[in-house]
Amino acid sequence: MTNEERVENINRLSGTDVRKCMKCGKCSGRCPAFKDMDIKPHQFVTKLGKGQIEELLESKSIWNCLSCMACVERCPRGVAPAAVIEAVRDTVVRMQGKNGIKAEEIPPIVDELIPQQLLVSAYRKYNK
Amino acid sequence: MQEVTTEKKEFTPNIVAFCCNWCSYAGADLAGSSRLTYPANVKIIRVPCSCRVNPTFVLKAFQQGADGVILCGCHPGDCHYVTGNYYTRRRMALLYSFLNYMGIEKERTRVEWVSAAEGARFSAVMNDFVAQVTALGENKRLTDLRVKEGE
Amino acid sequence: MQRIGVFICWCGSNIAATVDVEKVAEVIKSEPGVVYSANYQYMCSENGQQLIKQAIKEHNLTGIVVGACSPRMHEATFRKAAEAAGLNPYMVEIANIREHCSWIHKDMDEATEKAVILVRTAIAKVKLNAPLTAGESPVVKRALVIGGGIAGIQAALDIADAGFEVDIVEKNATIGGRMAQIDKTFPTLDCSACILTPKMVDCAQHEKIDILSYSEVEDVKGFVGNFSVTIRRKARYVDETKCTGCKICMEKCPSKKGLNTFNMGLNTRPAIHIPFAQAIPNVAVIDAEQCIKFKTGKCGICQKFCGVGAIDYEQKDSFIERQYGAIVVATGFKPIELTAFNEYGYADNKDVITSLELERLMNAAGPTNGVLLRPSDGQHPKVITFIQCVGSRDTSGCGKPYCSKICCMYTAKHAMLIREKYPDTEVHVFYIDVRTPGKNYDEFYRRAVEQYGVDYIKGMVGKVYNENGKLMVQGSNLIDNEQITIESDLVVLAAAIEPEPSVRKIATLLTASIDTNNFLTESHAKLRPVESPTAGVYLAGVCQGPKDIPETVSQASACAAKVIGLLAKDKLKTNPCVATPDETMCNGCSQCANVCAYGAITYVEKEFRLGGGKTEIRRVASVNPAVCQGCGACTVTCPSGAMDLKGFSSKQIMSEVDAICKK
Repeated sequence: MTNEERVENINRLSGTDVRKCMKCGKCSGRCPAFKDMDIKPHQFVTKLGKGQIEELLESKSIWNCLSCMACVERCPRGVAPAAVIEAVRDTVVRMQGKNGIKAEEIPPIVDELIPQQLLVSAYRKYNK
Repeated sequence: MQEVTTEKKEFTPNIVAFCCNWCSYAGADLAGSSRLTYPANVKIIRVPCSCRVNPTFVLKAFQQGADGVILCGCHPGDCHYVTGNYYTRRRMALLYSFLNYMGIEKERTRVEWVSAAEGARFSAVMNDFVAQVTALGENKRLTDLRVKEGE
Repeated sequence: MQRIGVFICWCGSNIAATVDVEKVAEVIKSEPGVVYSANYQYMCSENGQQLIKQAIKEHNLTGIVVGACSPRMHEATFRKAAEAAGLNPYMVEIANIREHCSWIHKDMDEATEKAVILVRTAIAKVKLNAPLTAGESPVVKRALVIGGGIAGIQAALDIADAGFEVDIVEKNATIGGRMAQIDKTFPTLDCSACILTPKMVDCAQHEKIDILSYSEVEDVKGFVGNFSVTIRRKARYVDETKCTGCKICMEKCPSKKGLNTFNMGLNTRPAIHIPFAQAIPNVAVIDAEQCIKFKTGKCGICQKFCGVGAIDYEQKDSFIERQYGAIVVATGFKPIELTAFNEYGYADNKDVITSLELERLMNAAGPTNGVLLRPSDGQHPKVITFIQCVGSRDTSGCGKPYCSKICCMYTAKHAMLIREKYPDTEVHVFYIDVRTPGKNYDEFYRRAVEQYGVDYIKGMVGKVYNENGKLMVQGSNLIDNEQITIESDLVVLAAAIEPEPSVRKIATLLTASIDTNNFLTESHAKLRPVESPTAGVYLAGVCQGPKDIPETVSQASACAAKVIGLLAKDKLKTNPCVATPDETMCNGCSQCANVCAYGAITYVEKEFRLGGGKTEIRRVASVNPAVCQGCGACTVTCPSGAMDLKGFSSKQIMSEVDAICKK
């Protein structure tokens, strides 16, 4: 896969149109994991727009994003930074040749205290 | 020997749209200026009000080989001529039962209310209507046989 | 034999890019009846019109078809050109090959084919056109202004100064509108009341202006030059002619807990009240929902104390009907509801306020007498954070997709005023872009930064939350690529503005076009910015689009100029496309008169020759061309097919249908 194809693929997977972004930064203003991100949510959108995905593929942020979707919820322009992050994460997982977890691999007894959001996030991260 | 290729042409219905000058025609203009596409087989006739459309115009269109006829007027209550579109609504209701009686699918006609601000709606309505008529296929019931003469 | 000329316009590349205009002109040449066919880059230009005029003369044309933009755009232009060349203006037909063809189709062959059919259809119609002459209708020399804000006030004053009668219909108890609520105005920082209230007084004292406050437009009939408007005068329970505005009733009223809407609900007012000190008319109004007398039947204190006996609990809504030649719509705006934006905590925190609320908090006549105190505890806020674009430029569905235009400037104004008055206050502004086009506007904003040290932060706020009584404003600072949290005492939201909701009803009554954001549509975005597409209706102020006071005033004056131009005429040309009966076919059944919404049809007894020297007297329909609006309802109703519509005759429409269906 060439770099261009990868950019196209990330655009397609995320289902978001990065050109809609008006660079207000509300996504990064809301992000609860902001401190743990080397590349910030708004930068995912702008860098993808410029086709600079090498940094994104190597970033720590894709593993630190909580998939809480706060940025998606708050975006005034209907852009979904979390979906971009997820698409990048997915691309990396596939590049590594991994398959992610399957539903049957989930331990039969899941701690009731685990927030549902975390499970959803885990699915998003590992089960694409 | 020349090879004969019988390319089956996809059926595109011929649609006549009557649009009132004040709302729907302006709505169609707005669809145009907003570059909202709809199929080219829709052709618009401008009338002052939807109530100017005599049901015989609709029958005439079918007779001449139109596959669908759509009438667009202002929303009920918004008629530029106060009550014109109410007459349209009643007249067309009668026409529908008449069409049924004659064995013509009444889905080939439609009355829609489109305001001057609803360019997007105009385009959506046209796309939808064209799809609906395309599904019904060619209108053969009411074509004037005289028109076919000499063919 | 008809001699038809066809003119195909390129409209630059608007048509020519998708329609092969030369091919269309070429194909049309062989149409029966067509003796001349041409194409040109801009038919509506002087040269294009010249081309038409010349062709009419040289080729003795009896009718022309112009394949160009929508007839709503340039039909009048081409009719004029035809008339100048000696052709009857109603021998012109337009084939709309731009809005209905080139702009919506991408495939050149398809669009060209459609354009040919559209032009053919227009040719088929024009062949059956008959020369028509416009009639005349009188103009009522009186204007109606709907809305008594600065737009309505300015328009009314200008029209009245030209010598015409004007009525202002205002739904609130006083004129003044939003501008009366504002403290200071940018970019000069004059006090709003100081420049507005003299104009309000001018209105009240002008002999040509009649202010109908606490009134609403209920019904509109008629057309340009001859509108007939029914106005509801809402019951204010106070006799406007008697009340002196002494305010003793306000003092004595025992029900003082009503939210003061003029102060954006920041304090309370009595059930009987005058909205603010400089109200025009200076007459009290009773809020029946709050009044004890209306709720329980007991009280009547205001009536007891009123020295002039102005209080009338029995007052009912009354209706008046007046005639107008022109109508100005100036219904204004309101800030949007912020319920969809819970990230800013507007509903949960008293100290998160809107900019309009801040105007009242800083106004000397406001709830705090001009001392900036925060609503929760009445303390001076030390750190104030402004958030811009709250609901503006928002396509997510919560807000409005447009820029509200005024927020950047008023936020700079607020920030500057606060730093001026309370230098120890820290002021932060979160912005996406600072938009300051306008005379002295950018200089004004830079002054806030450079002279007053306001901290502008490029970025948007993600959330506002309360922590130990402090408002924590968390947002991004995009320049430094940081997420920051500012501990604030007061948060001010620059809420988007939207048209006053009542404009929808008014637009419906006037059959004026309105867009998806409820802004009234102007006739042409650039060249006819103050006219509504409905003749005789003009637009002033924010009802047409977001704008600030200087722009609103300019637009109001422009409206006035248009109204004066209209009212200065004694007669207007009327539409000659009216219904007309074929008397030989009419049997006088009265069905047409039954459906006519305008009462244009009457019946006359006429003598007809039967042949052989015999005559017969029959009752036949007769249409008054000045009253007929040309809708055509009667033509379809007529059982004998006697009634027809000039310019849209049954034969013409049938021939159009034929031309479209011809394969």
